[in-house]
Amino acid sequence: MANPIANLQRISAEYSQMDKKDKRRFWTDGILNNALYILMLAFCIYTAIKQPNFVSWGSLGNLIVQVAAYLPMALGIAGCIVLTGTDLSAGRVCGLTAAVTGVFLQKSDFANKMFTSLPEVNGWWIAVTLLTVIAIGALIGLVNGFFVAKFSLHPFIVTLSTQLITYGIILWFFALNGNNGQPISGLSAEYKDFVGGELFRLGPARIPMYVLYAVILTALMWFIWNKTSFGKNMFAVGSNAEAARVSGVNVFWTTVLVHTLAGAMYGYSGFVEGYRAGSIAASTGLNYECDAIAACVIGGVSFVGGTGKISGIVLGVVILRIIFIALTMLGVDSSSLYIIKGAIILCACSLDMRKYLVKK
Amino acid sequence: MDQNVLLKMVDITKTFPGVKALDHVSLTVEKGTVHALMGENGAGKSTLMKCLFGIYGKDDGHIYLNGEEIDFKSSKEALDNGVAMVHQELNQALKRSVMDNIWLGRYPKIAGIAVDERKMYKDTMAVFKELEIDVDPHRIMSTMPVSQRQMVEIAKAVSYNSKVIVFDEPTSSLTEEEVEHLFKIINMLRDRGVGIIYISHKMAEIKRISDYITVMRDGQWVATERAEDLEMADIIRLMVGRELTNQFPPKTNTPGETYLEVKNITGMYNHLKDVSFSARRGEVLGLAGLDSSGRTESLESIFGVRTRKEGEVYLDGKRCLNRNPGESIKNGFALLTEERRATGIFSILNIRENTVISSLKRHLRFGLWLSDKSQREDTKRYIDALRTKTPTQETKIRALSGGNQQKVIIGRWLLTEPDVLLLDEPTRGIDVGAKYEIYQLILDLANKGKTVIMVSSEMPELLGVCDRIVVMSGGRVAGEVDARNTTQEEIMTLAAKYV
Repeated sequence: MANPIANLQRISAEYSQMDKKDKRRFWTDGILNNALYILMLAFCIYTAIKQPNFVSWGSLGNLIVQVAAYLPMALGIAGCIVLTGTDLSAGRVCGLTAAVTGVFLQKSDFANKMFTSLPEVNGWWIAVTLLTVIAIGALIGLVNGFFVAKFSLHPFIVTLSTQLITYGIILWFFALNGNNGQPISGLSAEYKDFVGGELFRLGPARIPMYVLYAVILTALMWFIWNKTSFGKNMFAVGSNAEAARVSGVNVFWTTVLVHTLAGAMYGYSGFVEGYRAGSIAASTGLNYECDAIAACVIGGVSFVGGTGKISGIVLGVVILRIIFIALTMLGVDSSSLYIIKGAIILCACSLDMRKYLVKK
Repeated sequence: MDQNVLLKMVDITKTFPGVKALDHVSLTVEKGTVHALMGENGAGKSTLMKCLFGIYGKDDGHIYLNGEEIDFKSSKEALDNGVAMVHQELNQALKRSVMDNIWLGRYPKIAGIAVDERKMYKDTMAVFKELEIDVDPHRIMSTMPVSQRQMVEIAKAVSYNSKVIVFDEPTSSLTEEEVEHLFKIINMLRDRGVGIIYISHKMAEIKRISDYITVMRDGQWVATERAEDLEMADIIRLMVGRELTNQFPPKTNTPGETYLEVKNITGMYNHLKDVSFSARRGEVLGLAGLDSSGRTESLESIFGVRTRKEGEVYLDGKRCLNRNPGESIKNGFALLTEERRATGIFSILNIRENTVISSLKRHLRFGLWLSDKSQREDTKRYIDALRTKTPTQETKIRALSGGNQQKVIIGRWLLTEPDVLLLDEPTRGIDVGAKYEIYQLILDLANKGKTVIMVSSEMPELLGVCDRIVVMSGGRVAGEVDARNTTQEEIMTLAAKYV
């Protein structure tokens, strides 16, 4: 692993010793294990020929912006998948925290401001808001983790329940103070600057501040996954929970913490989503978890448990975004987009499972 | 002689990438005989059988059944042709009933649609009666002990009117009594003219039950002899390819003062009752007993995996609560579990990750992150010290043999610097050569003043390695013997005390 050149030399040495059958096996295995990337490449070339605009600074900038928006949620959900679980509540948590962010950071002179008594928006208040929404996300994650760990419930059931409960809270929240379900808008300029202020320009594309935040969060998650006891314990629990328990790992707290951390990431996603949506409705965040889960699976975070890399998740999000950008440029309508998305997930999962099946 | 030949495998060859798993192996099974297949782990016994059942496709060679060449594509096809296997790891639908399992895939039908439950029940009872198995066909598999489930598996093989039955390590989870019953069934099948292939590590059994013995080594056929012509030492010599003069290393440890005291442990959710014993520094204490006599439960209760209703654990006179594994590790305990696959290894993770998981604190820097360098060093130290055979530290642990996996897990525990090592069947599923190394390791630990408590179902092993042996029976301590001047008979008598 360490040295790619030595690795290549080793593989070529092994290859030269194989007989014909094994050589064929080598190529089919190699192609199938990398089929996703090969198809991606072919698809990109096709798009580039059809729409030369696809290869431009502008579309690269667009890609970076989109990846930065969707990455944090995928980073959170990936932990749950490493534990052989999942999290269906992610999108709704994101919606709730987006709404809270919006309400907290409405312009003070906005006519339809929901809570007029809230303080003037300044740097401190933005920080308080950010911490609040992260805490809300973490709290819902904590509830998820507690029920998963304490009662050995399948995360599917637990997070399905919290998804519904969170949606109920969202609807209730939108009805507060006579708001009557109206979308939340009129966001303050300070907030828009903090999240969407220009970091730098890439050709015609504006790269906003939240790209920087996404980079910081990715680095933080990489550190947690690879360099901390918590990270090591997470992989151990995901690989074999019973063995982890006997080895002295606190399985309960590890599970709770993974879900809590995931929730905190959704909270942050909501904070950014508030800006991106501009006008936050009750449906904001709907089905976001599907994209996040798909990205993780495409990036090699397997439902088998105990495997996955941060770099893989980033790659997964990038691939998924490239596909959407390319399809949009090719003028594919939104209904076909869903069909293609489903097909990609199915394909990616089948190819992924293939690696873990015991060959007979 | 030739018309007696039931199954003939000739020159079977099978290669996996980089490994020649079978190299022109031949095996002939005659009607009405028990043919033992022996060899260390990795010798190719299982691969040979998998080629017979079509689980692996053979690269070369021929298989004849009753003189006709066959090439099964699946175990189902093999079954339909009268070749059955009783697996070591039982593959059964545990949530379903006994008779559902027996007739799975060939349910008797009424009018070709509805499953004929009554006929299923009747047929199941007929087979059970023939084999003298006392099991209710309606019982759900998961509610029965492993031994009974195995009997069901045998009954299934018989119900197919099998001509050849392969037994793969059938006695590893059976009590003495159940082994007797199994042997009775095997003898009955033999008298009926069934050809039996019997795979086992247990020499004494092999000598008792088999007519022929074939020994394999490193994927090659080594010898086939009549069982009465081979002594145990001969078999071992053929298996390992070298003279194994001593099965056990010389005992060099000298027990010191009393260190660990276990007082009156009674289980909350198990049958442990009033279990007390003590162990000294530098002592290897054996826990003997039959299956489900409470040996594993005792170790797990001490370690905090199982809940205690009553009872205390003292180390050097100080009470240890040991409410969960984490706390026990802090108190200087280590537990090597019995089921390596289920509760020992993290199969998908690599050697290093498997090694350091219980001692991550050692690598913590500034209370924040883990040092990769020190993790690598620790792993290397124990790969070297235990002579674990692995290409790299990044190799996934599932790629290693059982013995090497066990060494990795022992390394994991040694890194926690324990004072008391609780070893549950430390040599299960490990080949003869690696066993010796594990024994040596246990004695080395005792020499360093560690207290070792070892559970084993292999009596010679306990006699050869331990200083004292506590015998358990029915969840209680039945007695204690000095390993130097006791006999297997004495231990067996004690083991049967509360059954």
